[in-house]
Amino acid sequence: MALGLEYYLVLSALLFTIGVLGVLIRRNAIIMFMCIELMLNAANLAFVAISRSLGQAEGQLFVFFVMAVAAAEVAIGLAIIVSVFKHKETINVDEVNSLKG
Amino acid sequence: MTAEHVLFFIFGAVSLIGAISVISFKHPIYSALSLIVTFFAQAGLFVLLGAHFVAAVQVIVYAGAIMVLFLFVIMLLNLGTLPAKSALTGKMKSIAVVFGVLLAAEVIFIAISAMNDTEVGSETTREAAAAFAEKSVTTYNIGELLFSKYLLPFEVTSLILLAALIGVIVLVKRENQTHN
Repeated sequence: MALGLEYYLVLSALLFTIGVLGVLIRRNAIIMFMCIELMLNAANLAFVAISRSLGQAEGQLFVFFVMAVAAAEVAIGLAIIVSVFKHKETINVDEVNSLKG
Repeated sequence: MTAEHVLFFIFGAVSLIGAISVISFKHPIYSALSLIVTFFAQAGLFVLLGAHFVAAVQVIVYAGAIMVLFLFVIMLLNLGTLPAKSALTGKMKSIAVVFGVLLAAEVIFIAISAMNDTEVGSETTREAAAAFAEKSVTTYNIGELLFSKYLLPFEVTSLILLAALIGVIVLVKRENQTHN
């Protein structure tokens, strides 16, 4: 007997919430970024669990698309963080508060 | 208590502890290493769900490529020498934790009630799932779907990666021009 879907959904919800909390609590841009990865991974876990419950492979396919988008997002985001650090000498998001360049 | 239960609780506990460590360590390097632990535990959960190929990609792409990028940037910026000050007071942090617990309860409630309302949680689907768990999706099935029904999204993904590549080059290049 396979483990029920609800176990995986609850774990996924908890991981997602920890990611949200990290974005709310931490002010370090890199750690906030890692928390976004955590949320994407929680969504991936829900995708794979529901894919097994429905007996379809589509859920696993969407995990690949999420991973590809996450890879692109990490590359761009880290490049932005590096250029912000070069300008401001900080990656604390509270100190990066002007859009005037 | 089957072997799947035991393994689920071990991997689940490890991934939750890793996730909590990510948001509680002061130094970004420790957070990044905790995130790698979480990713490995999630790869174990994917194996439990019968998604072996997803588990392999999780380890190679997430725990490998993406986390190397994170560690590289953390070490490049040498963030350990920065003063680690937090703008949030203890009161704000406790408010954030309270709302976080509320959010968790909400997400769990929505997920479980949606599962019970729709066909996902129905008895026939559960039986199908039990049968499905026996055979499990192979890499062959995934490749077949990816290159037939989902060919267009697959190609669009390559465009997204190209756009990211060009974007990173442009970001770094503009940086050089302003300095010269």
